[in-house]
Amino acid sequence: MGGVQLMTAFTGVRRSAMALAFGLLLLVGLGAGASVSAQESGGEVKGNLVQKDDDGERVGVPGVTFRAFDESGAEVSSTTTAEDGSWSMIVPEGTYDILLDVETLPAGVSLRNPDKNPASVTLIDGSSKSTLFPLGEAEASSAGGNTVIQLIVDGLKLGLIIAMCAIGLSLIYGTTGLTNFAHGESVTFGAVMAYLLNNAGVFGVRLHLIPATVIVVLICGSAGGLFNRTVWRPMRRRGASLVAALVVSIGFSIFFRYVILFIFSGRAKRLRDYQIQEQWDLGLFRLAPKDLVLMIISVSVLVGVASALQFTRMGKAMRAVSDNRDLAESTGIDVERVISLVWICGSALAGLGGVLFGLTESINWEMGFRILLLMFAGVTLGGLGTAYGALFGSIIVGLFIQLSTLVIPTDMKNVGALLMLIVILLIRPQGLFGRRERIG
Amino acid sequence: MDWGAIIQNSFRGFIGEPFIYFSLAAMGLNMHYGYTGLLNFGQAVFMAAGAYGLSMAVVTLGLNFWWGLLLGIVIFPLLLALIMGVPTLRLRADYLAIVTIAASEMFRIIARSPSLDRWTGSSDGLTAFANRFYDFNPFDKQKRYFFGLFIGNQMWVVLVGWIVLSIVVLIVWMTMRSPWGRVLRAIREDEDAARSLGKNAYWFKMQSLMIGGMFGALGGMFRAIGTQSAQPQNFITDVTFFAWVALILGGAAKVGGPIAGAAILYGILNFTDVLLRQLVENGYMPEAIMDGTQVGQVRFMMIGLGLILLAIYRPQGIFGTKEEMALDDR
Repeated sequence: MGGVQLMTAFTGVRRSAMALAFGLLLLVGLGAGASVSAQESGGEVKGNLVQKDDDGERVGVPGVTFRAFDESGAEVSSTTTAEDGSWSMIVPEGTYDILLDVETLPAGVSLRNPDKNPASVTLIDGSSKSTLFPLGEAEASSAGGNTVIQLIVDGLKLGLIIAMCAIGLSLIYGTTGLTNFAHGESVTFGAVMAYLLNNAGVFGVRLHLIPATVIVVLICGSAGGLFNRTVWRPMRRRGASLVAALVVSIGFSIFFRYVILFIFSGRAKRLRDYQIQEQWDLGLFRLAPKDLVLMIISVSVLVGVASALQFTRMGKAMRAVSDNRDLAESTGIDVERVISLVWICGSALAGLGGVLFGLTESINWEMGFRILLLMFAGVTLGGLGTAYGALFGSIIVGLFIQLSTLVIPTDMKNVGALLMLIVILLIRPQGLFGRRERIG
Repeated sequence: MDWGAIIQNSFRGFIGEPFIYFSLAAMGLNMHYGYTGLLNFGQAVFMAAGAYGLSMAVVTLGLNFWWGLLLGIVIFPLLLALIMGVPTLRLRADYLAIVTIAASEMFRIIARSPSLDRWTGSSDGLTAFANRFYDFNPFDKQKRYFFGLFIGNQMWVVLVGWIVLSIVVLIVWMTMRSPWGRVLRAIREDEDAARSLGKNAYWFKMQSLMIGGMFGALGGMFRAIGTQSAQPQNFITDVTFFAWVALILGGAAKVGGPIAGAAILYGILNFTDVLLRQLVENGYMPEAIMDGTQVGQVRFMMIGLGLILLAIYRPQGIFGTKEEMALDDR
């Protein structure tokens, strides 16, 4: 039974001979009982040594030796990575230094943080620890230039992208009252489509990123319009409650997310074009050319959207529906048409945001959901339902996230933004630009 | 194709460990949403509070098992309810939804952060905290029990789970017939009316959030004990919606609704899971469509689809009534 369970548990691992050996090691380590009697057999330290290939795919690095030294400095155990880069050692309870033998790395591959080798690991009986040894070039740190200003620039960049994604969220909320949890998936969808066109290619043709982005924006816009047509308009017609609509949007969020995972796989990927760029050293901060272009694109798109909302007939109609749907309808505005335009534009902007985000970081199946929560923070800060509020709120959130890394560890930077969300609700629930009567 | 295994596993889904974890979590959601109308989309964090309360008390702080129970079932969920409830319970319903879902994400980031490895074990989580629980196990570890479905340790988890579940059902059934339960339902129907009768709606909602959260924490704690580990990926945001589907499927605002819902849900999930795995293993499934790793993703898609279809076509669930409570109410 134990073996059967293990095999089912390990269907995730590619069925190579090494995976079998890995499973056997675990069997020895955990005792043959069903994951229960692990008291007396020590702990497992394991990891997965990967590097990025030219397409940005993560591939395992085989044949690299890892050694475990106990506190007296004696070598306790050693192992070599398998074909997929995985490695594992079973050692008795205690604290160990895990050393990656740099000599055994393939030519041209080096550790990103050589000072974190060996890594110290404390194991108790029955426990299992993963140890990471990232490979590749050290990430561009703020070497040269002022850290605070560098963070402000980075934060501005992030905030602009969040803002672009969040406008749709806020306008959809304003015009229909729906808090659309599936909006994050529009972002992921945009990024994944860009990857498809740029890296994988359609019918054997790989598009350059710029035409690909144009196509992605069109596809996302039409997908948003279709989504509204097929799902949300019928629901509004039936007079479905907002809570039901909220739950449906969450259902779609989960469904789309896992469909994307199913098709796209769980690996983070990178776009082909503009991946590696020399950063300009501008004295106070460093900036890659693509980041500058990205910021110019987002600023011009945002200014365009804001002036469209302010000056065009349709923009005014959108704001009117947002303000008071019934009043807008009675003045002769075709509310359904406005709503469908809001869906199209909002999704197109989200898709564009996804491409830009994919350009600065990597593309993965749940990136949209992560950004969605940052959007919520931005939109709540600015005032739910207001277009300009979403804009300013998101930029503040972006700045806040980057600047918070001065105080908290980088891997927890998004926590700051989410905490801010809670604090805003506590002291000013209507947000900076919202009006009080919306709440309650 | 091993049809025996398929039938056995589906039946196991009806009564086994996941059924217990998620019916407890859904009982909590029933308290929140079914009786009080609160949209809690972060039940996974309450579950995590139970799991990490116990495991951190034992492993990180070195306290004994009983302190772990206190921390996991009472203290952590209460603090969490305060943090999420104080800013949002005065506001419109979807703010609680946003904050609870944000709390799930915060939990994920914090629990996986390597910089807090000393406290939380980061993405590997914590293990070896439940030995005390298994010390009381009267069953033989090597033997199989209950029609051969569970080995000794599992039987012990399931048996205690059933008992705890019955107690929770009894608590919900009694409180909902009491004046306190009537106030909750009055708030759900019309908060202003309840307030005009002098009821402190805010405080009642907070109590509901706390108690439902404790039920969720119990479910999470059982999950940690049953799997012998408290790991972040067992309490990610999407986990909440397994409990939501169970609740809506069975019928909100029915005492037995979440239990029936969780049983049916896990019967179906286990059935498709084993069926798909068997299809893949026996080569009936073309590799282009699905391989072994993708089977696990199908159940999440089913949860998403389930939410959509239930909310649109059967908002009152199987056993609920539209008059009492349906997703479509307001």
